[in-house]
Amino acid sequence: MDITFSAEELAFRDQVRAFLSENWTENLASRINSRDGDYKAAQIEWQNKLNDKGWLAPGWPVEHGGVDWSVTENFIFETERSLAGIPDVVPFGLKMVAPVIYDFGNDEQKKHFLPRILKNEDWWCQGYSEPGAGSDLAALKTKAELDGDDYIVTGAKIWTTYAQYSDWIFCLVRTDSSGKRQDGITFLLIDMSSPGVSVNKISSIDDHHSLNEVVFDNVRVPTANRIGEEGKGWTYAKALLAHERTSIAAVADSKRKLRELRELLAQEVSGGRPLSEDTQFQNRLSNTEIELMALEYTELRVLASTADGKGPGVESSLLKIKGTEIQQAIQQMYMDLAGYYSGVIHGEDTEESIGHAFGHSARQAYMYGRAATIYGGSNEVQKNITAKYVLGL
Amino acid sequence: MNFNLSEEQNMLKDSVERFVRDEYDFDSRRANAASDLGFNPKNWQMFAELGWLSIPFDEAHGGFGGGATDVMAVMEEMGKGLVVEPFVATVLMFGGLLNKSGNADLQNANIEKIIDGSLQGAFGYLERQSRFELADVKTQAKRDGDNFVLNGEKTVVSNGMAANKVVVSARTSGDQCDEAGITLFLIDTDAPGVERTSYRLMDGQLVANIKLTDVRVAADHILGNVDQGYTLIESVVGDVIIALCAEAMGIMQKLNTTTIEYTKTRQQFGVAISSFQALQHRMVDMFMAGEQAKSMLYRAVCAAESGADDLAKNIAALKVMIGRNGKLIGDEAIQLHGGMGITDELDVGHYVKRLMMINTTFGDADYQQQKFNRLAHSE
Repeated sequence: MDITFSAEELAFRDQVRAFLSENWTENLASRINSRDGDYKAAQIEWQNKLNDKGWLAPGWPVEHGGVDWSVTENFIFETERSLAGIPDVVPFGLKMVAPVIYDFGNDEQKKHFLPRILKNEDWWCQGYSEPGAGSDLAALKTKAELDGDDYIVTGAKIWTTYAQYSDWIFCLVRTDSSGKRQDGITFLLIDMSSPGVSVNKISSIDDHHSLNEVVFDNVRVPTANRIGEEGKGWTYAKALLAHERTSIAAVADSKRKLRELRELLAQEVSGGRPLSEDTQFQNRLSNTEIELMALEYTELRVLASTADGKGPGVESSLLKIKGTEIQQAIQQMYMDLAGYYSGVIHGEDTEESIGHAFGHSARQAYMYGRAATIYGGSNEVQKNITAKYVLGL
Repeated sequence: MNFNLSEEQNMLKDSVERFVRDEYDFDSRRANAASDLGFNPKNWQMFAELGWLSIPFDEAHGGFGGGATDVMAVMEEMGKGLVVEPFVATVLMFGGLLNKSGNADLQNANIEKIIDGSLQGAFGYLERQSRFELADVKTQAKRDGDNFVLNGEKTVVSNGMAANKVVVSARTSGDQCDEAGITLFLIDTDAPGVERTSYRLMDGQLVANIKLTDVRVAADHILGNVDQGYTLIESVVGDVIIALCAEAMGIMQKLNTTTIEYTKTRQQFGVAISSFQALQHRMVDMFMAGEQAKSMLYRAVCAAESGADDLAKNIAALKVMIGRNGKLIGDEAIQLHGGMGITDELDVGHYVKRLMMINTTFGDADYQQQKFNRLAHSE
């Protein structure tokens, strides 16, 4: 049992810190964190900086532009990024479709799409969920019928994050409904500018536009944009889901927020005493911190077993459930700390004008944060997965 | 970074597992706990022969020189068997105090005997009023020439009846709850003025209240320094908390496995009850509670092995989590066993009782959370 970092790993950490502090500017932070207006341009600007350094796609194979980091180095980078308050890269291209392309795509597809993703020339979104297929993903109905060298796609995808910004969407579509539900699913890459694709905005309870419905009305998609074999899409997609659950846990991000909460607690005053002296708040904070201290090691255990070549496997459900529970507990504490100001709607109001700094962002995080226990396979579905595959029930 | 045991540690773990499998079925365990000593002396000799009693001691004293990881490997398996032999009381607490006392004469005179199995020890740190406060000490020790004279009473002393020697905390200066002014004395239990009353706890332990009336102890029988015993207590208690939590870890794993197996065989409404989603989710909660507790245990063990600055905070967090998650797993294990879970015949209730006593020992989850809050606040 040993979790100490080697001298090389410590040197690597310093290198990461130096790069982040030099390149992550106030300007980038405010534009990206606003999640509106200039968001897309700012996000691309940041990702280009990472690409210039060669660090945009550490998980990719080296021949496609990845970095040969060990599991520990990858962990160090992710931790430093989160602790510096820097959001993750947009995952849909870099972390979701790219692995499917380099693992299961043909040479043409690799040559065309992967460099464009690295250079941030294409913005991707994910077409999995449908109005009738949420956590029960295999119930999807969007239909693709072969017509010469094209598929004709008809149907709708929902909860599509940032579809309004996207150039491409990767989709699971049904090419056969005769056999087992999972067997008739095909993985297609669809150009969002194709005739017949329309994007409908979905307003969410955080007063922010990230979600959309994407409708396909007889959209022609060349068979050249099919990944692997027809009917094997479920296998290709499934490989991604464990990764998605692991990254949703966002342990380092929660650590940074807890640290910030402790500082806020010392500043907020009730009855002339700082709230940091309030035992109720202290207990709520430590309930979450203790759970997070354990989860940090659960994540390390998963990483260590990945490094041993055993793969992240089924513990990823545990990470997802606990990680999202912790996120929601943290969001609740920010809300309760903000008191009346948790109701503030307008983000433009400054601390000077209304007397409070974080009510608005606390409310948005809380409201959108309800989604965390739903997306990536709801937490109840994660429990079903754990019951079946881990406990053998 | 790795969370693997070394080859040596795996062998140690395997040997305890084998002992539990071959010598420690539930009926034997019951008989051992109910005996006059509260354990089986034959088993104790076997522990000595297998080298387990030497684990935490320095090689200079004939020990194995083991660290927190070695102790964890042993304790986890002992937990699975609900072993009542006083490994914690004699080796980890009594022996741990000697090992860290810096008193070479006392170490030379006693550690070898612990290792060969001929010496039983105990640590008296509680008093009637002290609840979980290790610094709440009323027992008085007054200097008289080269001796100290002790008066007072230590309560709920684990292994207090079988112990040949006991370390007690007594006040040599300061007020009742001061950390400063506590001194640790090594006493023979057959010394004049020592009077013991024994009773049993729900987990099968035989404990004793030890009354001290004008007990004379030579000044060279002090562990650590006069008035500075509290630091030594804190350090050893920290080690022992990790060990007890490893024991609890073994119990939780055992309860989880037993419960899953039971629900797969128990038929109701014509099907195995393991097919019910309401029960499946409860078992997933038990599994997650166990895995989180295991992660926290690894965290504390790594902190102890590397001498991390935040070791005390990690230990407090571990004790909170073991207490709370242990309660969840224990309650659910009984619930999922239905009526059978309530019977004395089934081992489940006995595992649960041991988890409950571990939660109480050295401060329950609520107490440890207050400690955690203070440590986190002062960071």
